[in-house]
Amino acid sequence: MATAEQALNLRGGGRSRRRRWANRLAEVVATLAALTAVAVLAIVVLSIAKRGLSEISWSFLTEPLPLFGQPGGGIAPLIVGSAILVAIATLIALPLGVLAALFLSEFASRRVAAPIQLVFDLMSGLPSVILGVFVFGLLVYGHTQSGIAGGFALSIVMLPLIARSTQETLRLVPDSQRDGALALGASRWRVVLGVVLPSALGGILTGTVLAIARAAGETAPLLFTTSIYLNSVQSDPRNALPNMPVQIFIWSESSDPEDHKRAWATALVLLAFVLLTSLLARAALHRSRRKLGQ
Amino acid sequence: MSTVPAAEALRGTQRLRDWIGDRLLLVLTLLAALASIALMALIAWRVFRGASLSWSTFGLGFLTGTTWDTNAGVFGAGTLLYGTAVTSLMALVIAGPLAIAIALFLSELAPRWIREVIGPLVEMLAAVPSVVLGLWGILVLGPFAANHIEPWLNNWFGWIPLFSGDPSSSGVFVAGLILAIMVVPIVASICRELFLAVPSELEDGALALGATRWEMVRGIVLSSSKPGIAAALILGLGRALGEAIAVTQVIGSATAINVSLFAPGDTLASRIAAQFQGAVTKLQISSLFYLAAILLVIGLLTNLIAQLIVRRYEVQRAAG
Amino acid sequence: MNETVTMPPMRPVDVAEREGPKAPVGETVFDIQGLTVRYGSNAAVKDVDVEIYKNLITAVIGPSGCGKSTFIRCLNRMNDTIPGFNLDGRLLYHGVDLYGDGVEPIEVRRRIGMVFQKPNPFPKTIYDNVAWAPRVLGMKKGLDERVERALTSAALWDDVKDRLKKSALSLSGGQQQRLCIARAIAIEPEVLLLDEPASALDPIATQKIEELMQQLKRDYTIVIVTHNMQQAARVADRTAFFSLQVEGSERYGILVEYDDTEKLFTAPSDRRTEDYVTGRFG
Repeated sequence: MATAEQALNLRGGGRSRRRRWANRLAEVVATLAALTAVAVLAIVVLSIAKRGLSEISWSFLTEPLPLFGQPGGGIAPLIVGSAILVAIATLIALPLGVLAALFLSEFASRRVAAPIQLVFDLMSGLPSVILGVFVFGLLVYGHTQSGIAGGFALSIVMLPLIARSTQETLRLVPDSQRDGALALGASRWRVVLGVVLPSALGGILTGTVLAIARAAGETAPLLFTTSIYLNSVQSDPRNALPNMPVQIFIWSESSDPEDHKRAWATALVLLAFVLLTSLLARAALHRSRRKLGQ
Repeated sequence: MSTVPAAEALRGTQRLRDWIGDRLLLVLTLLAALASIALMALIAWRVFRGASLSWSTFGLGFLTGTTWDTNAGVFGAGTLLYGTAVTSLMALVIAGPLAIAIALFLSELAPRWIREVIGPLVEMLAAVPSVVLGLWGILVLGPFAANHIEPWLNNWFGWIPLFSGDPSSSGVFVAGLILAIMVVPIVASICRELFLAVPSELEDGALALGATRWEMVRGIVLSSSKPGIAAALILGLGRALGEAIAVTQVIGSATAINVSLFAPGDTLASRIAAQFQGAVTKLQISSLFYLAAILLVIGLLTNLIAQLIVRRYEVQRAAG
Repeated sequence: MNETVTMPPMRPVDVAEREGPKAPVGETVFDIQGLTVRYGSNAAVKDVDVEIYKNLITAVIGPSGCGKSTFIRCLNRMNDTIPGFNLDGRLLYHGVDLYGDGVEPIEVRRRIGMVFQKPNPFPKTIYDNVAWAPRVLGMKKGLDERVERALTSAALWDDVKDRLKKSALSLSGGQQQRLCIARAIAIEPEVLLLDEPASALDPIATQKIEELMQQLKRDYTIVIVTHNMQQAARVADRTAFFSLQVEGSERYGILVEYDDTEKLFTAPSDRRTEDYVTGRFG
């Protein structure tokens, strides 16, 4: 039992002071760690912005690539190529991912869902270089590279992401909505397409945008399927399409400082696109979660 | 009245349409799910099939062979396995504690408004495309490491074999740094969710006993999150193991096992990225497929182990 | 005094039957003067003046929302963890202002322990639950004895002595709460603050806790918050009645009456107290 003398000393002795110092130290370390992460992000973004901004201009974004070894030019073919590749990937991954997620959430029992769930988790953890090798072996080996092959490779990156985010969104739709509609005599497919899916649309869109941001930055799947240097804008996906990530990769390994400058500028464009779309999608996700009262 | 028989007829066709619609939706969604499974299987099959030539030539000896000679037609993954292990380990050693500290900052220390600013910033780090990070690595981090970090390490710790050798702007060390940058946000965001999930009643209980905040975090938050932290680290490891582009940009693509971190090296993934396009002989291509097969197995294993830990952790938590 | 009562006052039957003589008012442990607590700009309690005496059980009763929990959490500085908290007035513990300069909350909480409404055992073994705080605070010697003593004082030793290494979460609700009491006792506090300790428990477990409190008050000063008037009448030596005051758009708690439990329940001085204990409101 504490005696009266002890009660008077509420400042604490040596041991207490040591404990408080340890506490302070832990706070400082944690704060420094967080600041380090923010600093690294800032350094990376600012490096790219500083080195890339000078190259960026309207002509840079709209002109064709320079002839080999020549200065000047623009990256219009890269932007168009990337856009087409991502569009193909979305066209494949979106319906497939949403339908699979619908199966998992609306039809599958837990026992059936588990292995499918596992497959998606494994797929999302696959190194993307393996996807490049796979699509190469499947579609490119013995034939030629093509935008379709590249788009397909990107779709494998997007598929598990879209499936997972759609599943999470569907889970947020309360069962009461489903039950209510069924009780009114609506059939299963009407409930899913008319009640469940519409409320999940926002979440599906956000998940897709996040997947697009991720796919847009992927290089390895494209490296073996659609890596080509073409001056003019290509839009036929049956041929290989030049694209931003692969070209940044190639320029980064060159010894020509002009190539480096172009790499920085293209990296800035790519980074800006990826960061902005990610931020917007996450902000939308935040707002929709708050609306659903999560 | 006269509408009743019409209503009966309508209900008849309606029921048929419903039946068709239900079946159709079920079939479509089921096909999509099956297609995804089939895709995964196809990926594994195609990769293993592509490796078959190299497998029949080298067998398991491929894993220990340290030669990678395109002309002589001798390939081995030994140095690459070493490089993969060293870079990933280095990334984990740096990123692990850093990420946990960041997660603690975001969940326990920071007031709400700071949390909502710094949290998204850390996640943005994960969104940076690896080729962009690699470009930055080649042209900014590499030279900086060669001129400042590595000489400093060599100076003070050169007696440790890891830090012996000549500073270089490309090599295992720079690759490890870049991988650490990639791993931090993954581990940090998982750990942050874990720490936030610890009920505040437990934290109050510990504080009411006279513990400092750090003692409470150590004894209650961290100790009850151990399995989750392990899973997070393994997932981060998986990321590091599989990174091809950024690593190949900065690692120097050498086939060698070197004790010094500053020396060039190569990993499984980065070797594939570096050589695939220029591969000429069937054996070389097949050997690259072999590398991909090894990577596939390692990737699946780390993912499965992480899942197992999570599953057992959740069972533990539910059972109390 | 009771001429206007239309209902017979609730006569707590057990007050007169309680064991032992009525506890005399002894040494003052807490001397609280003009305590006012605000969260941001909202007042939670205003102008509380009360003295808590050693080795007595003091109950804090009142309708919900009148600041009982806020009040008790001031006594061990647990409100410090809530953002926007600020306090006016003086809270003297053996003459020392708990919120004065240089006072360390961890020292305060070592001497003034707290048990919460919902049992909150750590996800550790039973032994480690009790031993964790002593270890952290540096009481490493004789840990086994300390744990046994604490569990015995909490009337839990016999239940758990053969399974100290089992998880604390395998205990029943009442046992978990007694574990939390053992945990608090293990670091040798002077005061035990109990914030509705039995409200999440079944009647039998509640009874065990109430019996335990009677034994514990020999060694500790106990302050208990309860929304259950009969419980206060059963266990407390002195009772403080808080109530809600509404002033325009402000709602805050005030101390209405503080007296011997028997007097407060049978012959309250304030009309509001009378209304509450006779069940006319709240």
